[in-house]
Amino acid sequence: MYIIVVGGGRVGYYLTKALLDEGHEILIIEKEAPICENIVAEMGSICVRGDGCETATLTEVGTGRADMLVAVTGDDEDNLVACQIAKHKFNVPRTIARVRNPKNEVIFKKLGIDATVSSTNIILEHIEEEVPTHPLTHLLTIRDKGLEIVEVKIPPESTTIGKPVKELSLPAESKLSLLLRKEGKPVVPTANTILQAEDQIIAVTTPESEEALRTALRGG
Amino acid sequence: MKVVIMGCGRVGAQLATWLDSDGDQVTVLDTNTYSFRRLPPNFNGTALVGNGLDEEVLKKAGIEQADAFVAVTQGDNRNVMACQIAQHTFNVPRVICRIYDPLRRDLYSTLGIEAISPTTIFAQILKEKLKS
Repeated sequence: MYIIVVGGGRVGYYLTKALLDEGHEILIIEKEAPICENIVAEMGSICVRGDGCETATLTEVGTGRADMLVAVTGDDEDNLVACQIAKHKFNVPRTIARVRNPKNEVIFKKLGIDATVSSTNIILEHIEEEVPTHPLTHLLTIRDKGLEIVEVKIPPESTTIGKPVKELSLPAESKLSLLLRKEGKPVVPTANTILQAEDQIIAVTTPESEEALRTALRGG
Repeated sequence: MKVVIMGCGRVGAQLATWLDSDGDQVTVLDTNTYSFRRLPPNFNGTALVGNGLDEEVLKKAGIEQADAFVAVTQGDNRNVMACQIAQHTFNVPRVICRIYDPLRRDLYSTLGIEAISPTTIFAQILKEKLKS
């Protein structure tokens, strides 16, 4: 695939390395001359100095034949515009934007950006996972379906311990997928599975039912 | 008419001043309080510190009741993004965007944004002056 990366900062740099390893044809557009020179010195002539929001620059690097454009500068507005120009002027089939302010994800989607990656949200989720007392951890978001995969831990003081799954008032939009225990293999929970302290449950849910799922599993 | 102006530079401040003396209800946004020095002492509108790319700031500026939104910061991309938020999220009836880059202006015009490129307009004026 021919992939254009807008922004040669840390994200752009490591992304390019990873994509080159996978055998893709990559081109970076970077505004700052020193950054551009460093990239060229290390990885060869795969960096063009210019503004990724400017039609002239995008024409020069052959955006018309690009399969994908990824905008990873530090400014949300620049990433948005680079993707929109690629999409509407050069008909690039897939555009991906880095979003720093998580609030912008919605508007980017609405404006036709194919995928957004919110660095802030990803960092938050990972830190959340590391907090031992956190009741519910987000593991994965399945965007197209509006679903997420979460993990719920059952603390020793839960009122649901000793109860079978069928007696829990689980929301209809949630499905328990996997049960992890200290001892034994992971199992798929059934209606008769009895909850124990320290159980870890992996479930699929809609973001709206998250709270209800947590309450059903851990008690009020 | 209620108007929200993003960017209190020379153009933003001048527009705000004119609309205000016409009796329109004006809110000017800028990320830097120092920019508000450009507003006259008798300015009756609201000067609000904040980033116009932030929906909460726009709400505070009264964008939900606004008849028009104008983006005149120094950054083309900032203007473009703010105008698209005003148009698509808040359904402001009239949205006008300044885009210095003529090519970018053309593209966003075709995407349904009322955009003005001062670059083209000023170059035209200069050409007409030279040729007359």
